[in-house]
Amino acid sequence: MSLSLLLVQILNGLQLGVILFLIAAGLTLVFGVMDFVNLAHGVQYMLGAYLAVMFYGLTDNFALALILALASALVLGLLLEFAVFRHLYDRDHLDQVIATLGVILFVNQGVKFLWGAAPLSLPIPEILSGSVVLMPGLLYPVWRLVIILAGLAVAALLFVLVTYTRVGMLVRAGATNAPMVSALGVNIRRLFMVVFGFGTMLAGFAGVMVAPILSVEPGMGDSILILAFVVIVIGGIGSIRGAFLGALLIGLVDTLGRSFSVDLLRLFLDPSSARTVGPALASMLIYLLMAVVLFMRPAGLFPAKGR
Amino acid sequence: MVALPAPAVQPRLRWSAEGIVPLVIFAAFAALPLAAAFGAKAYILALFSRIMIFAIAAIALDLLIGYGGLISFGHAAFVGLGAYAVGILSAHGISDGLIALPVALVASALFGLATGAVCLRTRGVYFIMITLAFSQMVFFTASSLAPYGGDDGLTVQSRNTIAGFALMRDEQSFYYVVLGFLVASYLLCRALIGSRFGRVFRGARENAARVASMGYDVFRYQLVAYVIAGSFGGVSGFLLANATEFVSPAYMSWQRSGELVIMVLMGGLGTLYGAILGAAAFVLAEEWLSGLTEHWKMIFGPLLILIVLFARGGLVGAAGRLSRAKP
Amino acid sequence: MSVPPLRLDALHKRFGGLLVTDNVSLEVRPGELHAIIGPNGAGKTTLINQISGVLAPDAGRIELAGRDITALPMHARATLGLARSFQITSVLPRFSALENVALAVQARSGSSFRFFGRADREAALNDQAAAMLTEVGLAERMHVPTMHLAHGEKRVLELAIALAMRPKLLLLDEPMAGTGREETERLITVLRSLKGRFPIVLVEHDMAAVFALADRISVLIYGRILASGPPDVVRADPAVVAAYLGDEME
Repeated sequence: MSLSLLLVQILNGLQLGVILFLIAAGLTLVFGVMDFVNLAHGVQYMLGAYLAVMFYGLTDNFALALILALASALVLGLLLEFAVFRHLYDRDHLDQVIATLGVILFVNQGVKFLWGAAPLSLPIPEILSGSVVLMPGLLYPVWRLVIILAGLAVAALLFVLVTYTRVGMLVRAGATNAPMVSALGVNIRRLFMVVFGFGTMLAGFAGVMVAPILSVEPGMGDSILILAFVVIVIGGIGSIRGAFLGALLIGLVDTLGRSFSVDLLRLFLDPSSARTVGPALASMLIYLLMAVVLFMRPAGLFPAKGR
Repeated sequence: MVALPAPAVQPRLRWSAEGIVPLVIFAAFAALPLAAAFGAKAYILALFSRIMIFAIAAIALDLLIGYGGLISFGHAAFVGLGAYAVGILSAHGISDGLIALPVALVASALFGLATGAVCLRTRGVYFIMITLAFSQMVFFTASSLAPYGGDDGLTVQSRNTIAGFALMRDEQSFYYVVLGFLVASYLLCRALIGSRFGRVFRGARENAARVASMGYDVFRYQLVAYVIAGSFGGVSGFLLANATEFVSPAYMSWQRSGELVIMVLMGGLGTLYGAILGAAAFVLAEEWLSGLTEHWKMIFGPLLILIVLFARGGLVGAAGRLSRAKP
Repeated sequence: MSVPPLRLDALHKRFGGLLVTDNVSLEVRPGELHAIIGPNGAGKTTLINQISGVLAPDAGRIELAGRDITALPMHARATLGLARSFQITSVLPRFSALENVALAVQARSGSSFRFFGRADREAALNDQAAAMLTEVGLAERMHVPTMHLAHGEKRVLELAIALAMRPKLLLLDEPMAGTGREETERLITVLRSLKGRFPIVLVEHDMAAVFALADRISVLIYGRILASGPPDVVRADPAVVAAYLGDEME
């Protein structure tokens, strides 16, 4: 295990963390403000990726594909909100979970219907492809750095918006106590549309950014959605700060765990046992982490509604 | 916990729907092999065995969701654990049901105890997500168990024998074994609901603070219920592995957990027998729709949404509305 | 020299910047009905919540019959004999009135980890519950699901549930909140019949009821006990009149 390998994996962990944050941010605010369990948030991420692939195929221009994909992902998200989600806000969580599960089934299959089940991909823009030397012996793909930087930039932007703008203050208030905000005369539905739209675009943006490095396939949103849930449960529902810290934590723990579990276990076990137990333990790691955090703080680390 | 719609029928044993419907259901299941003597008998028996196996898990889940207000989205983990108990033992040459079943039960119960102790400290949305996450954890663990098939799963050499008798090796005999387990599960859960324990558990759903102020340690009651429900899931998994003679991580995926919740909802929460109807409705719908088109999920998805929006109370609720609407 | 059934020793509770319970010390004497009065926002319910275990005080001690219960969870205090009614009606909506009370009786009748045998057919539990409901005047309504009961009936049910626990100390948090003339009279009669059987801590706004029932009164203003003593003494205390009773008595 060399230092450069460790640094590469830390960067990979940050990259995963940043993607998780983009997805979790929208998810946690939607929970916080409208108390709406949206299992279908993952399809927004998937749609972002598929739309980017489609528009790139039409325009041959990544930047254009990105813009068009974001715009159409937003439109589709709002369409879903209008057709389905809107009718669920007053329902209990069980109904919301089942209905959004239905949305997942529909969209996953729809994507398979339109584009087939085979994984698709998107080429990285020329100038951003290739690797860069960060340190002697440390080569890292430029595109992954772009993802990290873009994600951090979005996080900073969100932080500024939420802390210093009027809308941001309303969002924070809404996540803490929605009925009160509504009683104060704020159109909570309109506020929610803003939150929802923003969250949709963030998830779609994450999808576009990973399309060049992951396989774009039906159901790609599902497993990352579960991770996003773990993030917001650890971070605390309704909290952007919690989502950010939780996402980075999960990204790092998961990536480093998977990379080094076998090596770490070799300190205690024989090589073949380590190779068997290692991957199993690594995949359990973030869930164990979640269990420990929730055991001590059942409402997460930074819950919006206070402890 | 979460506020849920009123159970379709109060748990009182009168000569009412609650007494008759389960009898009719079990009688129908018992008579099926005779009626199916014509035509694709093996196929129908296998299909309905599958329905009954999922019904066992669904009944236990209804216990948690319908009666306890605990929306567990990780129930498939128990089914998977039970199945893998059979699979792993089989891989080591042990195929006696009298060993496999207790192992399945113990594995499920222990998992329920360990995860329940964490999950039940949370409320509402947190509870849903943490149960879902634990289910994923078991899924990934099973996927990385290379000696036991990993991602691809593991073939079970042969169905379990029970005390040396090959009761499960014949399709019809297996069917009746499963039916026996189903009836037993139903009766046990029914007894549980009406018992002292059940009353505290149900009361905790109505108003946990009130029940605690009466002197009940609500956490302990919910944990015991969670472990019991998980154990029934383990039984379901034991039977599933025998039915398919195959175990795979897919048995414990969150999609499967979701399917179990759908079954309970489709049948009608808080009735126990509704869960059996829901399992039947789900499996049959899946069979029928997948025969129509490979993209059947594009039909099923919106169907679920419509059910949630318009068919409150599932099948039992709809039947109730129909019977009340008679002129 | 008998042990006070309830003793509060320098309780402190702060919600963020707000000091809700400010160095509250109180002793309830055996068999007495001790009323706690004060304006809205004085911290009365918060105090009851700390005594019953819903909230934990930041500092101070709570002793039930000499035993330190400050760290005990709510259900453990209930098992020791501390019963309470809630200010905002807190019953089991889909259970009948009888089942609500029977569940409370069940808690004191052996283990509830019994998984077989119909609880709703246990004659002993049902009889005791029915007796309790008769005592508070709800006998004809005992099989009605509580969500269909009138508000006043639910308040009385709250009391019945608390009584069913065979309390060694009864905490009543505004039992007459929102009840009409008739229900209030009924509650006063019931409470009067309970006096002396066990100590009662009564939080109430209804001054007529308080002065009719209380052996001693403590006045809580901005989280602090302003005065404590027999009704006549408290009624005449100038500080109390100025801060609270003056407006009430007009």
